[in-house]
Amino acid sequence: MLAFVLRRLASAVPTLFIVVTISFFLMRFAPGGPFNLERPLPPATMENIMRTYQLDQPLWRQYVTYITNAVQGDFGPSYIYKDNSVAELIGKGLPYSMELGLYALLLALIGGVTLGTIAALRQNSLLDFSIMSLATVGTTIPNFVVGPVLTLIFAIVLSMLPAGGWGDGSLRFLLLPMIALALPQLAVFARLTRGSMIEALHADHIRTARAYGLPPRIVVITHAMRGALLPVVSYLAPCAAALMTGSAVVETIFTIPGIGRYFVLGALNRDYTLVMGTVVLIAIFVIVFNLVVDLIYGLLDPRVRHD
Amino acid sequence: MTDIVTNPAPTQPENPDTKSRSLFQLAALRFRRNKAAMAGCVMMVLIALFSYIGPFFVPHSYDQVYSSYVSVGPSLEPRPDEASLEDAMRGVATRARVNLDEFNVEGQAFTATLSAESPIDPRATRYFDRANEFNNTQVVATENDGRVLKVEGNVSREYFFFGTDPNGRDMLARVMLGGQISIAVGLLASLVSLGIGVLYGATSGYLGGRVDNVMMRFVEILYSLPFVFLVVVLVVFFGRSFILIFLVIGAVEWLDMARIVRGQTLALKRREFVGAAQALGLSDWQIIRRHIIPNTIGPVIVFVTVVVPKVILLESFLSFLGLGVQAPLTSWGALISEGASNIQSAPWLLIFPAIFFVATLFSLNFIGDGLRDALDPKDR
Repeated sequence: MLAFVLRRLASAVPTLFIVVTISFFLMRFAPGGPFNLERPLPPATMENIMRTYQLDQPLWRQYVTYITNAVQGDFGPSYIYKDNSVAELIGKGLPYSMELGLYALLLALIGGVTLGTIAALRQNSLLDFSIMSLATVGTTIPNFVVGPVLTLIFAIVLSMLPAGGWGDGSLRFLLLPMIALALPQLAVFARLTRGSMIEALHADHIRTARAYGLPPRIVVITHAMRGALLPVVSYLAPCAAALMTGSAVVETIFTIPGIGRYFVLGALNRDYTLVMGTVVLIAIFVIVFNLVVDLIYGLLDPRVRHD
Repeated sequence: MTDIVTNPAPTQPENPDTKSRSLFQLAALRFRRNKAAMAGCVMMVLIALFSYIGPFFVPHSYDQVYSSYVSVGPSLEPRPDEASLEDAMRGVATRARVNLDEFNVEGQAFTATLSAESPIDPRATRYFDRANEFNNTQVVATENDGRVLKVEGNVSREYFFFGTDPNGRDMLARVMLGGQISIAVGLLASLVSLGIGVLYGATSGYLGGRVDNVMMRFVEILYSLPFVFLVVVLVVFFGRSFILIFLVIGAVEWLDMARIVRGQTLALKRREFVGAAQALGLSDWQIIRRHIIPNTIGPVIVFVTVVVPKVILLESFLSFLGLGVQAPLTSWGALISEGASNIQSAPWLLIFPAIFFVATLFSLNFIGDGLRDALDPKDR
């Protein structure tokens, strides 16, 4: 088990390295630079700035420096948010993004699995049909439409909830962004659960359990659910990584101080270090969650063994 | 699988006149029976007509600024109404430094009597033409040595069915333009991804061995890159012109296509006709082009219908973040983003593009589902 974890983490290193390398050079070859303002700086000032940030050195040396520092946990200063290092910026924003993402993930997971199970148990009924239509709506409408529409309905027309901001972090503030984030994922979870649940309910061991006269609730929850959750779990990794690293769209719409915006802002302003920091963070999240999901897989399905 | 395909069982065996149908005919028949998919098709055609033919019926161009009508709400009535016309006329008179004594509107024409302390320069009529509301202003009579001027002209009344944006541009025309751009990007980017994906997948699958290994490893590396990041960086890298945007999106979306085509190719290359082609001495490239690629078309078509809405969504996402086509061009994503930031004062800016955008996505999804069901030989 431990060996498996270590091996997986070791194999993630080259992936991370490639991601960092590609993004480093793509960013650098993009036209423009972090200090190309609309009103150009005097050449002397520019030269000084470039020297301070070591941007005047040859590209390969900058790359080596960046990798060396990054390995030691130093992701450099942000060029745009001048008084902050990238690590500080991420450290400040990440808790917000993660908290919101975690709530959204729970909402999507619990809601999606429940709805999918109900739909599977009442297959081809009106209830099934309406749940699946809702799922289609959820997957079709992107969150940059859902977000503003939710704001329009609940914050402006009904004035029940605040239109944005983190506030005191209470549910009132988080509800709308949470729904906007969770809805597409909830729909995916519902679809996955319905599909695999229908299959699981036809399995032999379920028929046996039913023949034993076990109560339907027990049959579904303890016996069918276990097998039915496998596809859900494998979708969990990319979903969790995406939700927890913040969404540029949702954070912009609801003015949430998370890290989702940094990435887009950084790319637009050529804030090289900020973009790189965000990319590394996202990649780490993806790798870690994939690992966690593989471990959960082993728990759910004894045929999957990690040794 | 092909045995089923080439010998389709007649649907009504008791009727000897029933002709056997080809796979394509059967698929078309199944597709036509699918109500949701047909509704999606009709809807999509309507939206495309609206976007591409609609502008010929709207008198306003998408970048024309009507400074008199900034952020006016949607309405079926022509603007301006009588009361605000008089206000507008008063405003113009003030600007021309004359007094408005009398003002009447009859249908499309207006008459007004102006007066001033000193003789009025007849060129003052230009002030009237400059306003969006009036044109063809002419002096019909002068009285009192030119101190009183009777003018008449036409009232130009504008219809803004979808309202106008904060710059005074007609939303109807802009939603149509947005549709043109979004649909065009959707189709073109899908074609780009189709081209790259099919070629890459077929080559990788057909050549096999080490080449296949390296090519697929490359795809895996691209998969592991954060997807949004890749798009954003490519857009930053290549700039934001219309052509580059669909190239970039296509260049990111081809990965799935390559995998699907490779899988198909692996199965195809063991078939007799490929062996025959090899025996005839055709080159690898000829075999890929003439024998492999045409035979992968079925699943590829189905997959393209999945890619089109994805691409439209991606383009809108980029536009929403401000990375899409540049003003005054626009796309549904950019319009939705504009609407989202003016949601309090002008909700129609959000509602109209959102309705069209969502309707398009729904139609495309239904069409895609319908095609998949229709072309899937397992499900008769």
